[in-house]
Amino acid sequence: MSMTAAHQITAGFMPLFDSAVLVVAGEMGFAAREGIELKLQRETSWANIRDRIAIGHFDVAHMLGPMPLACSLGLTPLASDTIVPFSLGLGGNCITVSNAVWGGMTARGAVPDLDPVRAGAALGALVRERSAAGREPLRFAVVHPHSGHNYELRYWLAACGIDPDRDIEIVIVPPPFMADALSAGRIDGYCVGEPWNSASVAAGTGRIVTVKALLWRNSPEKVLGVRKAWAEENPDALAALLRALHNSARWCQDPANRSELAALMARPAFLGQPEAIQMPALTGRLQLGGGVERSVGDFFLPFDKAANFPWKSHALWFYTQMVRWGQLPHTSQNLAIARDCYRPDLYRSALKPLGVALPGANAKVEGALKVATPVGSAGASLVLGPDGFFDGQIFDPDRIDAYIAGQKRA
Amino acid sequence: MAAGSLTILVIDENRIRASIIEAGLRDAGHRHVTVIHDVAGIARRIGEIEPDVIVIDLENPNRDMLENMFQLSRAVKRPIAMFVDRSDQASIEAAVDAGVSAYVVDGLKKERIKPILDMAISRFNAFSRMARELEEARSELENRKVIDRAKGILMKSRRLSEEAAYTLLRKTAMNQNRKIADIAQSLVTAAGLLDPLEGE
Repeated sequence: MSMTAAHQITAGFMPLFDSAVLVVAGEMGFAAREGIELKLQRETSWANIRDRIAIGHFDVAHMLGPMPLACSLGLTPLASDTIVPFSLGLGGNCITVSNAVWGGMTARGAVPDLDPVRAGAALGALVRERSAAGREPLRFAVVHPHSGHNYELRYWLAACGIDPDRDIEIVIVPPPFMADALSAGRIDGYCVGEPWNSASVAAGTGRIVTVKALLWRNSPEKVLGVRKAWAEENPDALAALLRALHNSARWCQDPANRSELAALMARPAFLGQPEAIQMPALTGRLQLGGGVERSVGDFFLPFDKAANFPWKSHALWFYTQMVRWGQLPHTSQNLAIARDCYRPDLYRSALKPLGVALPGANAKVEGALKVATPVGSAGASLVLGPDGFFDGQIFDPDRIDAYIAGQKRA
Repeated sequence: MAAGSLTILVIDENRIRASIIEAGLRDAGHRHVTVIHDVAGIARRIGEIEPDVIVIDLENPNRDMLENMFQLSRAVKRPIAMFVDRSDQASIEAAVDAGVSAYVVDGLKKERIKPILDMAISRFNAFSRMARELEEARSELENRKVIDRAKGILMKSRRLSEEAAYTLLRKTAMNQNRKIADIAQSLVTAAGLLDPLEGE
């Protein structure tokens, strides 16, 4: 095949379920059908992905949604201009706590229903009592400082009256180590993508207390990060890749393919975790621990609800959180860099020949759609939302100064 | 200032490679070298050691944790930056190709760090070469074992001499454009299917 493929593309990925769209594009022939030889390379850290994108080992990579922003804004070492022409899915994360913390939360009103308001109130009561008793603050882990996980955990805590910097401690732990760190007592809770929450539940060492889909429904998670220089030099290869990913994402979303997808992701080259543990991400039926099961609507969407469209409002919300937590100052120059990082124009031009439904706008008011809503779009019909934040807040990307000014630490 | 005045921390889960790096640093006159294999409690150790230079292998999944700690933690009294930020493209590529990364405290001159990184790169490369050669030697040994078993099967079932059995294997491999070890493996597998005792 390597002799005949029109494009050779090397893609880095981390062993997380939401690398599926990229993995399936390579393994199920979607890339080959677009004339691409897609070389998938598994990595051990986001820092490695950043380094290998910067020096050209990788052309594209599975990235945390805020990571290309951080690269383009110069927040990381070896920063290089990175763009986002495609999103790899919506949702997929959970917040998991140790059995001991869960015990403390249930004593303060929490019930296993994933409700972020009730769980947050119970955690807040526990945190304040520990502080009054002079005990060490609880320690939570996220996968990276520039991650949806960090921002959604902080958003949830702050909205529930917990200052994420003062009242608890937040540390970084690689996703595959989360469950071990929790069972060893090195951390008290974490926010991570699947299957690393279900892994703690299966081991009997953790409880899922809420999920990303309930904190901000249909919210951005992983994206395809592309080295900007490569994208500019290889527009045809990029467009072909986006079409391959579009078809791959549709295949991933189809319930008929669930068991095949779970078996593929379970292979040692990808996640190396049992098939059964891949299923919650696909079905939204989560075991919370203690024998309780809950179904979550739109838990993880690899394709539906325009999941692959790189909304500028998603990039801009990440930007507001970087400002909120002191990672960078809000300036017109930084704002412009953040706005230019996500590239719906590239998505649209690549997919236009397919005649599929495309959103007409580049940004939307996040939290405005209370129910699933059909929207006018080029071509076939498209359904968006609901996309509400759990605390009822609205993010209007045209009123970004007011949103930033209104953000509190807790 | 002499090379030996810098405090260097090497973080590598691979003990053999870590000791090769450590030896290289000591040979170059560095007297303050600490090696850590396990990152548990690393923040406290860094606070105690106060390294000027930290060398870490790229396969270590804790790089994200370390980078975050360098930026935020109170354990790190002096700001630490990634060395490549102040380096040339060639050094960056050589380091990533070799699988090594380095972090240095702010204010340290590039000329003082470059020899350390260059040494780490060459030792990492030497280690990879050694590991590759070891792997080749091991698979060579395994190939020889399977060829011996295939010869034995042919000698017994077709009453051939050892030399004739080998010649037959080699001719078959040539005709099929495959490796002799692959033919031998197929024969051993087939013999095992036909007669479980023969294949054992």
